[in-house]
Amino acid sequence: MSEPSTVSGLDLQAEQIRKFRFQDRLFHHTTQLFAVLLLAALLGILIALGLDAWPSIKEFGLPFLWTNVWSVPDDQYGALAAIYGTVVTSVLALLFAIPVSFGIAFYLTESCPPWLRRPLGTAIELLAGVPSIVYGIWGLFIFAPLFAEYIQPPLQALLGNVPVIGGWFSGPPIGVGILTASIVLAMMVIPFIASVMRDVFDTVPHVLKESAYGIGCTKWEVMRNIVLPYTRVGVIGGIMLGLGRALGETMAVTFVIGNANRINGSLFAPGTSIASTLANEFGEADPGLHISALFELGLVLFVITFIVLAISRWLISRSMGSEGL
Amino acid sequence: MQKFNKLAQGALAVAMGLAFSVSALAADINGAGATFPYAVYAKWAEAYQKATGNKVNYQAIGSSGGVKQIKAKTVDFGGSDAPVKEADLDAAGLVQVPTVMGGVTIVMNVPGMASGKLKLDGVTAANIFRGAITKWNDPAIAKLNPGVALPDLAITVAHRSDGSGTTYAFTNYLAKQSADFMREVGAGNTGNWPSNAVGGKGNAGVAATVQKIKGTIGYVDIADAMKNNMSFVALKNKAGNYIVPNQDAVADAAAGANFKVKGMAPDLLDQTHKNAWPITSATYVLAYEKGSDAAKQKGVVDFFTWSLNNGQKMAEELGFVALPPSVVKMVEAEMKNIK
Repeated sequence: MSEPSTVSGLDLQAEQIRKFRFQDRLFHHTTQLFAVLLLAALLGILIALGLDAWPSIKEFGLPFLWTNVWSVPDDQYGALAAIYGTVVTSVLALLFAIPVSFGIAFYLTESCPPWLRRPLGTAIELLAGVPSIVYGIWGLFIFAPLFAEYIQPPLQALLGNVPVIGGWFSGPPIGVGILTASIVLAMMVIPFIASVMRDVFDTVPHVLKESAYGIGCTKWEVMRNIVLPYTRVGVIGGIMLGLGRALGETMAVTFVIGNANRINGSLFAPGTSIASTLANEFGEADPGLHISALFELGLVLFVITFIVLAISRWLISRSMGSEGL
Repeated sequence: MQKFNKLAQGALAVAMGLAFSVSALAADINGAGATFPYAVYAKWAEAYQKATGNKVNYQAIGSSGGVKQIKAKTVDFGGSDAPVKEADLDAAGLVQVPTVMGGVTIVMNVPGMASGKLKLDGVTAANIFRGAITKWNDPAIAKLNPGVALPDLAITVAHRSDGSGTTYAFTNYLAKQSADFMREVGAGNTGNWPSNAVGGKGNAGVAATVQKIKGTIGYVDIADAMKNNMSFVALKNKAGNYIVPNQDAVADAAAGANFKVKGMAPDLLDQTHKNAWPITSATYVLAYEKGSDAAKQKGVVDFFTWSLNNGQKMAEELGFVALPPSVVKMVEAEMKNIK
C-alpha cells in the first residue's frame, strides 16, 4: 500500500523538478534575449550610422578626420575642428574636475564630521541629476558674462605675455568659448567622479586604515599609501565615467562653446564639438552630403567613445594585474 | 438601362457625398516645416479649432524638412521660409503661397549707444558681417555716423549656429550688397562666418549672445528683437533713407512687390518703397495641386483662407506682418488650384 504512494510521490517530485527546470530555462532564455537585444541595438546603430554616413565617407575618405573645413555653402566637410573641440574641452574638463572631485571625496570619507556627511553626499548626487540644459542656460546667462568681465581680463593680463601659453589666452574676452565650455563641463562631471570616488574610498577596510594611523601616518599619507592603491581601479572607472559624459555632452556645450566651426589656438576663442555640431545642424540640414557628413561625425564620436572605453579597460586590467587583486 | 444608370449614378453621388462629409468631419490636417512661422501657425490652429472644430497640427521641423515631407506626401502641407523654385514646383505638382511676412533686424550691444542711433548701409553691414571691419570706430562706420562717439572696441559677430530661414534672408540680403560677402560667407541657411564670429542656437540664442557680450552685432527676427527689447541699427534702404525696423516698414516693403508670379515669391529684399525695411521676407506653405484625399486638400485651403481673413491681428501681436489685402486676394485665388 505504501509502495504506490512512494512512486506517486517520486512522480510528483519529478514533475516538480521538470517544472523548475522549465522555469529556469525560460528565465535563462528571457534574460539572454534581453542581453542579445542590447547587442543587436548596438550593432544596428553602428550599421545605420555607417549606411547614412556612406556618401560622405565615399566623398571625403579618411582625410575627413584631419581636414579643417566645415562649410555648408560649399558642401565641403571635415571633422578636425569638431574633434579638436570635443577632445580639448573634455580633457580640460577632466583636468579641472579630477583634483576637485578627489578633494570632495577625500573630505567626505576622511575628515568630514559625520553630521555633515549625509547632506553633502546627497547634494552631490542631486547635482549629478540636474539636466544638462540647465547648466547650459546658467553658463550662457550667468557664468559667461561674469567670466568675460572679471576673470578673462585678469587672466589675459597675467598670462597673455608668457611665451607659448600666452597664445592660449589671446583674443577678445567674450565669455563664451572653449575654456568656458571646459569649465561648465567640469562642473557637470564633478558630481559623477566625486560620488564614485567617495563610494570606492568607503570600501577600504577600516583595519588597513586604522593600522596606518596606528603607526603614525598623516591623513594624506593614509590616502596616498593605503586608500589610493587599494581603490585605483574604481577611481579610474569614475574618471572614465566622467570623460564619457564630457565627450558626449550636447546641450550645455552648445550653449557656451560659441559654435564656430574652426580651430583657434586660443582657449578664449569660440569652437565647436561633435555633439554640438550635430545639435545645431541636424534640424535644417539639407539632404545629401551635409546630412551624411553629420552622420559620419556621429560615427566618429562613437569610435572615440569606444577608444576611451577600451583604454580605460586596459588601464583597469593593468592596475589590477600589478596589484595582484 | 439608361434609367438604371442614372439611378446608379445618383446613388453613387449620394454615397460619395456621405463619404465625403464623414471624412471631412474626421480629417485632421497635418503640416510640418519652417520654425520661423511656428508661433503664428500654432496660434491660428488654436483659434481655428475653436471657431470651426477642425484640427490642424503643425510641427516645426525646419524648412528643408518641410519641403522634403510634402514631397514625400507624409504631410498635407509643408512650410518653408525659402521659396521653392518655379521649375521644382511644376515638376512636383505643388502650389506655393505666402502666409505671413517678417523682417530681420540687425541688433547690437555697444556701450553708450542708444537703439536706432547707429546708422549702417548695406555694404558696411556686409563688411562687418564678413569680418572685414573689426572695430566699432572703423572709419567706414564713422563716415556714416558723423558726430556719434564710437568706442575703440572689437566687433564680435553673432550668428545662428543652427540652419535657419532667418540666416537665409539675412545672408541673401548682404550677398546682394557685396560680392565679397557672397564669396566669403555665402548665401543660405548657414554661412562660413568670419573668425570673430560666435554662434547662438535659435533666435533666442543669438539674442542672448548679443545682450551678454559687449561689442557684439547680430541679427534676429523683428519679433524677437522687440520681445527682448534690443538695440536696433538703423539701416539704409534702396531709396536712401535710414529705416528703424518695425512692422509698418516691413508692410511697406511688401506694398511695392509684385506677387503675380508662379509660386508667389517675389524678392522682398531691398525694395524701392521709400519707407521699406530692406531685409523683409515672407514664409510659404506648399500643398499638392492634385491631392489623393480631397477632404484634406479642402481642409488645408479652408484653414489658410480662414487664417488669412481672421488671423491678421494674431500674427501682428506675435511680431509678424500680415500680407496686404490685395495679396490675400491673390493667395485665395491661387489656393483654388489645391484640389
